[in-house]
Amino acid sequence: MNANLTSLLNKFQQLNELAPAHQEEILLLLKKLQKDIEILEFKLDRTEKVKQTTAVLLEETIEELQQKSKAVEEVNQALRNSLNDLKNTQNQLIQSEKMAALGELTAGIAHEIQNPLNFVNNFSEINQELVTELIEEVDRQNWEEVRLLVKDLFENEEKIMHHGKRAENIVKSMLQHSRKSNGVAEIFDLNQLVDEYFRLAYHGMRAKDKSFQVKMTTKLDDGLTTVIAVRQDIGRVVLNLITNAFHAIAERIRLNEEGYDPHVLVTTKDQGDQVMVEVTDNGSGMSEQTKDKIFQPFYTTKPAGQGTGLGLSISHDIIKAHGGKFEVQSAVGQGTTFSFIIPKNQNKS
Amino acid sequence: MKVLVVDDERDVQVLFEQRFRKEIRNGDIQFVFAFSGEEALGYLKDHGQEAVLILSDINMPGISGLELLRQIKQKFSAPPPVVMMITAYGDEDNYRTAMNLGADDFLTKPLDFAILKDKLKQI
Repeated sequence: MNANLTSLLNKFQQLNELAPAHQEEILLLLKKLQKDIEILEFKLDRTEKVKQTTAVLLEETIEELQQKSKAVEEVNQALRNSLNDLKNTQNQLIQSEKMAALGELTAGIAHEIQNPLNFVNNFSEINQELVTELIEEVDRQNWEEVRLLVKDLFENEEKIMHHGKRAENIVKSMLQHSRKSNGVAEIFDLNQLVDEYFRLAYHGMRAKDKSFQVKMTTKLDDGLTTVIAVRQDIGRVVLNLITNAFHAIAERIRLNEEGYDPHVLVTTKDQGDQVMVEVTDNGSGMSEQTKDKIFQPFYTTKPAGQGTGLGLSISHDIIKAHGGKFEVQSAVGQGTTFSFIIPKNQNKS
Repeated sequence: MKVLVVDDERDVQVLFEQRFRKEIRNGDIQFVFAFSGEEALGYLKDHGQEAVLILSDINMPGISGLELLRQIKQKFSAPPPVVMMITAYGDEDNYRTAMNLGADDFLTKPLDFAILKDKLKQI
């Protein structure tokens, strides 16, 4: 029996005035109390045990969770690494696509620079002769002739400047094309850009395939003066569309159809706040299935090793980044029209 | 002597007019210009064999210089005009093709006008 209860019982037993019946009753109550205490002690003991077990379990669970979270962290790190690798690879691919496009153009670029340089050299030589004549005529005081010579000199000087600028623009475009885009919108003449790349693409194509012949037409909107956009990026899109058009034409030429008259038309249109550029060819055209996939990265209709399959995918991203959109219409054996629309001013949103 | 110059570069006209200004002033040479193969064929159709010499670039959009040469030699035979071809590339392929098509001479860009003047004197 519990020590306190035993001493309580002893105290009661020493009280002689208590009737035996009461003593009996108290003893009974004490015994009941004893029982209750035992039960409570047992329960307490059990609770204590449960508590200990729970604590152990909890500890184990925490440890397990810690291990799991460490594993998750490791997986995350691995994913981050893969993502970085992918981004690097993507950048390298974009760069190699740029270089591939540039390589295709190299011969064309050489030709396009040679022409204006020839003009610069020729007109400079002519002006030298004219100056010699001018001195003679001044000595003779033949003012009428002097006036004519000066007029010619002035006009030739303008030609020299024009063609010098032309060569400069070509070199600039080429450098811009190979450089990483800085993504900065600048003001430029979209019609001039379209015209420049149309010629470059043509000469690039001719340099590779001398039998390549195509009628080239431009319908450039005179009302369209300048746009504010990332010039280099828009140049890449235009170049990509024109090169694709030429390839589609070359493919159809290979079919040797009777009376086939290859034609590429490039149109620009001022649409108020927006501008539209459209490239139409009457080349081989695309099936619906092909059309659905052309903007997917790495999709190409060219033989292995001839196309990166990134041209249109990159073009699509560029137009999207400009807040514009692409449209494609095509019919097998008839030709394709690609067009894109972008806001005229990228700095105004 | 009338010379038809075919080139898609428009400033070729001013260049020739200045390079040959003395010859033009003296009435020795008369120049006409066409800025595409199509235009050149149109001129020949309208003016027959007025031009005794045709000086054509090879690299042009549309009808190339070689195709123009082929058509001239086919369609305008009496009397056949002298056709000199000009190209920026000056490669063997173009040279051979032009010669096979019956080109009378072959010049490379950049044009040496002293040489060209000598050649014109011999025609």
